[in-house]
Amino acid sequence: MLKNYFKIAIAVLRRRKFFTFISLFGISFTLTILLVLTAFIDKVVGDTYPDRKRDRSLYVTHLQESGKNAMNSSTLSYYFLSHFVASLKTPVKLGISSGYEGTNTYVNNKKLAVNYKYTNADYWDIMEYDFTEGKAFSKQQIDNADKVAVISEDMKRDYFGDIPSVVGKYIEADNVKYRVIGVVKNVPITSYNLYSDIYLPYTVSKTNFKSDHGYLGGFTAVLLAKSKADVPGMRDEYAAMMRRVPFQSKEYDKMYSRAEPYLQSYVNTGNESMSGVTIVLITIGIFVLLVTVLPTLNLVNINITRIMERSSEIGVRKAFGASSGTLVYQFLVENIILTLLGGLIGVVLSFIAIQVINSFHLIPNLVLSINFTVLGIGLLVCFFFGLLSGVYPAWRMSKLNVVTALKAQ
Amino acid sequence: MIRLQNIEKVYRTDTIETLALNSISLDIAKGEFLSIMGPSGCGKSTLLNIMGLLDTPSKGDIKISDQKTDHLSDKQLAQFRNQKLGFIFQSYHLINDLQVLDNVELPLLYRNTTAKERKMLATEALEKVGLSNRIKHFPTQLSGGQRQRVAIARAIVGRPEIILADEPTGNLDSAMGNEIMEILINLNRNEGTTIVMVTHDENMAHKTHRLVRLFDGSQVQ
Repeated sequence: MLKNYFKIAIAVLRRRKFFTFISLFGISFTLTILLVLTAFIDKVVGDTYPDRKRDRSLYVTHLQESGKNAMNSSTLSYYFLSHFVASLKTPVKLGISSGYEGTNTYVNNKKLAVNYKYTNADYWDIMEYDFTEGKAFSKQQIDNADKVAVISEDMKRDYFGDIPSVVGKYIEADNVKYRVIGVVKNVPITSYNLYSDIYLPYTVSKTNFKSDHGYLGGFTAVLLAKSKADVPGMRDEYAAMMRRVPFQSKEYDKMYSRAEPYLQSYVNTGNESMSGVTIVLITIGIFVLLVTVLPTLNLVNINITRIMERSSEIGVRKAFGASSGTLVYQFLVENIILTLLGGLIGVVLSFIAIQVINSFHLIPNLVLSINFTVLGIGLLVCFFFGLLSGVYPAWRMSKLNVVTALKAQ
Repeated sequence: MIRLQNIEKVYRTDTIETLALNSISLDIAKGEFLSIMGPSGCGKSTLLNIMGLLDTPSKGDIKISDQKTDHLSDKQLAQFRNQKLGFIFQSYHLINDLQVLDNVELPLLYRNTTAKERKMLATEALEKVGLSNRIKHFPTQLSGGQRQRVAIARAIVGRPEIILADEPTGNLDSAMGNEIMEILINLNRNEGTTIVMVTHDENMAHKTHRLVRLFDGSQVQ
């Protein structure tokens, strides 16, 4: 029976080529968007390079001070992190790094845009960057304010060209020359708290972080617990510490900052009244709803037209023994064949789209790939589409009176 | 074989009520070849559709093979039609997207038959109507007479006890019409299949065992 359904499904697809094109385009295009989106989310959420100890880490990315007439929210100051956060007992390490800043440098009179960030020594102990050569700077080098740098592979290639080793060579950024002591594999820009082209000791910064005693600044922190079990305690200890932090201005009577798991910190907007997770979920939800519901409605419409065109066939099948349930099954199978076909095209298009994103470096250092999870989601989405867009038309036509259906020819 | 008692069919719209069949009672014996005649719109096809359980009467009882059918569910009705009845339509109603063999196999799809059995039975049915050399053709590649023969093969493939034919020769010229009629007569004679045929053609009707005439929804002969 399935073979018969398959034959007729293919025949129907070939008969109305324009409808088929619209249907397949709708399905494959939607699926491509979803697959690329899921590949992107999968990469951002699932890729643990270089913070492989995520399960025993908490991230501090924002502090908000608010009062009746004022509100201030930003990343934190080095002072706040080294003075208050460093006093916590549960974390075994406290990695501090600034957000990346951009500057220009020149190689053979050619301008090169580079991003650099400052870190402390613990940062390198917590993060597991893959060094292709050299190593990270030590606490001693930081204390000495040595002008040393760790650079990314891309930076090495762009600045020095294709040479085997650059450790010991000098790189200039923001008019200062730094001695390269290590080269690390690229981090995608989507891991914005960890990404940079050049990593420098925070003590070489032109800003004197130690003299600035404000709470807000350009830094974030990673707190590493001894074990996964210590993470909730670490979070609570941070919260308890926050309750003890004195206000710096009479304008403010509330202060918020949290040590959060990676994902929450990743989407933290710094606005306490609206969680970043909620915003991201709502945004993704609306987006997915739009890109799936609209093509589904379109498919439902096309399917109704397609199926109603076949009312004579419906009449004949009913006359010769097909029950309404059997007909619903037949049309669902046909629709699933159509959507799976669209799905296959969608998978191919997704491969192409991802190749384009990767090869044209549309997002720096982000290498997307289709994995089995994403493929599985894609095929499930197709199956869901097939059902969703087929159920209503199939049900409607199955209720068609045989005599009316036969007269329709 | 078929017993109709006081069958009435009323079509209702918001403003008009049309009596399509008025108190029709009919007994059709097993192995009988009966034709129904009457002017257009007199209710012939409606009566045939009711006999074929494709439509329901507004009033009255139907018994087929001593079984009352008014209480059957959609699924049971489908099964009943599949097992007991075969249909032939004036405009053939073949599925143009399927090859001849697939069209003929159609009733068997709704039974527990293997693909091999289906192919064997459909080929056999096509042999009976003289079309076994056209199994790979599509309906659009056949003449009207050939299409109707495919439709007959489809009607008989499941070996139903009753065949209901709605103007089977209506779209054909007289030579082809006669050919189709011959097939039906042989089927009735050799296999004992009960046939009820709606026709406009007196000549065709006179070849059957009995003729029933309808006028304005009532039986007049």
